[in-house]
Amino acid sequence: MAPSPAPRPDHQTPVSDDPAGARALARTPREAFLHGVLQSLPFLIVIIPFAILFGVVALEAGMDVAQIMGFSVLVLAGASQFTAVQLLSDNAPAFIVILSGLAVNLRMAMYSASLVPWLRGATGRQKIWIAYTLIDQSYALSIQHYERHPRLSLQQRLAYFAGTAVVLCLPWMAASWVGATVGRAIPDDIALDFALPITFLAMIAPMLRTPAHLAACFVAVLGALLLAGLPSGLGLLIAAPLGMATGALVERWAETRKGMA
Amino acid sequence: MTGGASDLTVWIIIVVLGIGTFLIRWSFLGALGNRDMPAWVLRMLRYTPVAVLPALVAPLVMWPAATGGEPEPARLAAAAATAAVGMLTRNVMLAILAGAITLFGMLYVLG
Repeated sequence: MAPSPAPRPDHQTPVSDDPAGARALARTPREAFLHGVLQSLPFLIVIIPFAILFGVVALEAGMDVAQIMGFSVLVLAGASQFTAVQLLSDNAPAFIVILSGLAVNLRMAMYSASLVPWLRGATGRQKIWIAYTLIDQSYALSIQHYERHPRLSLQQRLAYFAGTAVVLCLPWMAASWVGATVGRAIPDDIALDFALPITFLAMIAPMLRTPAHLAACFVAVLGALLLAGLPSGLGLLIAAPLGMATGALVERWAETRKGMA
Repeated sequence: MTGGASDLTVWIIIVVLGIGTFLIRWSFLGALGNRDMPAWVLRMLRYTPVAVLPALVAPLVMWPAATGGEPEPARLAAAAATAAVGMLTRNVMLAILAGAITLFGMLYVLG
């Protein structure tokens, strides 16, 4: 089975009989769960401030606490939550808000696809829970763990994922609530408007690791700027697929060239 | 009320976005089961984050709402610093830190 479509975290050579590998294979599901919990903790440094910020931004856009929690519990996807709030405060029509939010989350279809070979045999109910808590960080941690230890049992894989999901998703909800309730205490003049662009750029920049990624990014940015005059969010829906197609073309072109060399 | 949208509209957006996002996440895992996807689909999907998120951010960087849509040196420099540090160090936290320091530093200096 050809496993997954990237994005691959830089992974070490899979070693099945090193001490860490043996430890991983010997874990009970409970221990695998705790291992997932432990490895997720550092990510809270990003998730908690980001979630507080979402609460603040949404509050300033005019939402009430119930709506903010609705976003963080039902949608549970930071980038699309910010996108929706941003477009709502630009008075974009509802269908543009929804389409843009979904477009931002489309990458998760890729995550879903790449987990298929690892979670074969999971029950329908387990897959529902995984889908609900499949965020960038839980995906990145788990796929890295699965590739590092390919011989884990399905129970160990599911337990590890559950560990990351609990530590990453519950604080997202709790910190959104904190932002939504104490948000007004944060002074207006500290240029918080720019926290979102900076956070997104910081998440994306490390992913620009091949000419194809750079080309995709460049075309999408260029398209978004040229199409900025279109109604809110529409430019994004044209520019992003253009960028994705560019990335795919450049990747293919690079492969053909390598094949001929 | 949020912008021009009614409370009901906001709730509809939340629920539809929630269901849609769930279905995206569940899609291949739940529905595809044991089959594989065409290579060209995977190839395009691979570039989703690096296309969507920068396209989303670019207009906010060029024409920030906080300045009434006028390009502004501190925000442009902060965005450039974030991207540069992120690409060089591959470290999200360092990139955020570089962007924040640049932004507040330049806003302070420019008064």
